[in-house]
Amino acid sequence: MQYQSQAVAKPYFIAAIGLFVGQILFGLIMGLQYVIGDFLFPAIPFNVARMVHTNLLIVWLLFGFMGASYFLVPEETETELFSPKLAIITFWVFLVAGALTVLGYLLVPYSTLAEMTGNNILATMGREFLEQPLITKIGIVIVALSFLFNITMTLLKGRKTSISLVLTLGLLGLAVFFLFSFYNPVNLVKDKYYWWWVVHLWVEGVWELILGAILAFVLIKVTGVDREVIEKWLYVIITMTLITGIIGTGHHYYWIGAPEYWQWWGSIFSALEPIPFFMMTVFAFNMVSRRRREHPNKAAVLWALGTGVLAFLGAGVWGFLHTLAPVNYYTHGTQLTAAHGHLAFYGAYVAVVLTMISYAMPILRGRAANSEKAQNMEKLAFWLMSISMLVITLLLTGAGIVQIWLQRISPTPMGFMAVQDQVSIFYWLREGTGVVFLIGLVIYISSFFVKGGAKAAA
Amino acid sequence: MSTTFTKSMARNIFYGGSVFFFLLFVALTVDTTHTLPKRDNSQNITPSVERGKKLWETNNCIGCHTLLGEGAYFAPELGNVYKRRGPEFIKIWIKSQPTGAPGRRQMPNFHLTDEELDDLVNFLKYTSEINTAKWPPNIEG
Repeated sequence: MQYQSQAVAKPYFIAAIGLFVGQILFGLIMGLQYVIGDFLFPAIPFNVARMVHTNLLIVWLLFGFMGASYFLVPEETETELFSPKLAIITFWVFLVAGALTVLGYLLVPYSTLAEMTGNNILATMGREFLEQPLITKIGIVIVALSFLFNITMTLLKGRKTSISLVLTLGLLGLAVFFLFSFYNPVNLVKDKYYWWWVVHLWVEGVWELILGAILAFVLIKVTGVDREVIEKWLYVIITMTLITGIIGTGHHYYWIGAPEYWQWWGSIFSALEPIPFFMMTVFAFNMVSRRRREHPNKAAVLWALGTGVLAFLGAGVWGFLHTLAPVNYYTHGTQLTAAHGHLAFYGAYVAVVLTMISYAMPILRGRAANSEKAQNMEKLAFWLMSISMLVITLLLTGAGIVQIWLQRISPTPMGFMAVQDQVSIFYWLREGTGVVFLIGLVIYISSFFVKGGAKAAA
Repeated sequence: MSTTFTKSMARNIFYGGSVFFFLLFVALTVDTTHTLPKRDNSQNITPSVERGKKLWETNNCIGCHTLLGEGAYFAPELGNVYKRRGPEFIKIWIKSQPTGAPGRRQMPNFHLTDEELDDLVNFLKYTSEINTAKWPPNIEG
């Protein structure tokens, strides 16, 4: 560890992994409810499990991004963090707020929770992914501001590299676009239109800046390739991200009551959205093959390459699959959307956070890389989790295609629930594959506890 | 990438491109906002619809259902349920939950009053009359 204050990243990473486990457990509950409808009903209805599943994902990725920033920024700016103390306070505030919110979901009926937490003052709840009570949303803004303040102050007093600038820009965008979660007009079309300013402009916009910056940082470290080369790639990739992704928002505006020209804007620009992801894959492989050093942390290299490939598959290929308006007319709101969502989030954001953790955690624990045995376990976990997520995606794609056929294309369309019965085999296989994913996750966590044989500190 | 294409050129294209396309997005949004009243059925937003939307939100309906294709994929699309089932069926259905049928997906009972049920149905009626460019493909949603 080059700077003492980088140590604040550690609790962030530990919390991220802990919440990741929670996310997967609730995913398995939901997966089972898809086939055994009354499983855990009424204790944990599906909608509650889903809120916990998706909100935990968002929160643990945010923990991951923050931890990554606290590790990366001191090293990039070549100066200690502005305030490690503030970083630790922010950590606890965010963790407690997140835990209380999840407990609220699980223990109190949602409408009661809304009443208790000021939803009558400003109604923001009950919209997908933005289910958090008003006070939690305000808490997120405060945490984001204090975090951004800390990062920006550090940046101002130190070296300003492209990586740290791009990262900060992405984090700033994350905070700014979250503010649209407070705008909830009665007009449903406008509500949906601006809801996407949070959801799409996050995951297909500013989050990709964060992703690119983290990946570029790790690649510099593990390959030793010249910073100028890597940062040039970074700029080209994020340029493509934003020029395709911003107008690409239009692929969500086809069927929600917005003008029909969005079918053209959305189709054309979002069809180009795979390009930056493809470039990211080429970038990662290119840098690794041009490496000037053999970094002892092979697991981190594997994660970095995996991020490129899986993000391209999940976000790029599976996104393209249903992004053109004439296709989306049939696929919109089916299991195909769920398939894309799973591999895109895993491939892009889960993988990049785990890349950073893989690189940084050994250093935070006083060694350049983990022992051979620990790395082998981590690599096994990578393959188990990545392949099972790919299989889950294929199974949901199968379910989606059958669903679309029976419900929307067939001359004698079947009702939603009848179709669900027809595709249950896919759901059973998905649940089984989910268990494999969980095994991968358990092995991943176990790899942190392998003793002995550690490589010397850098 | 060749050496004639420098990092600062890449950076400038990034800033220029991003600003340009964001401004284009804002311009399209302004135009959308002007066009919306022709499509969004906002003339039929009554206080009852407003209360209905709040009920929709505070009971987290989107946690199982889709509305105009967005939401969870566990339970049927409700953007067109008013046309598919009609007002009376919807109210009776909500009141009779959960079915308790073994192994079947269960919807909680939200203990809505008759007035609240009317509000929710009015919200779903308003939603079903938004011009969605002929989506969904058929009545099954």
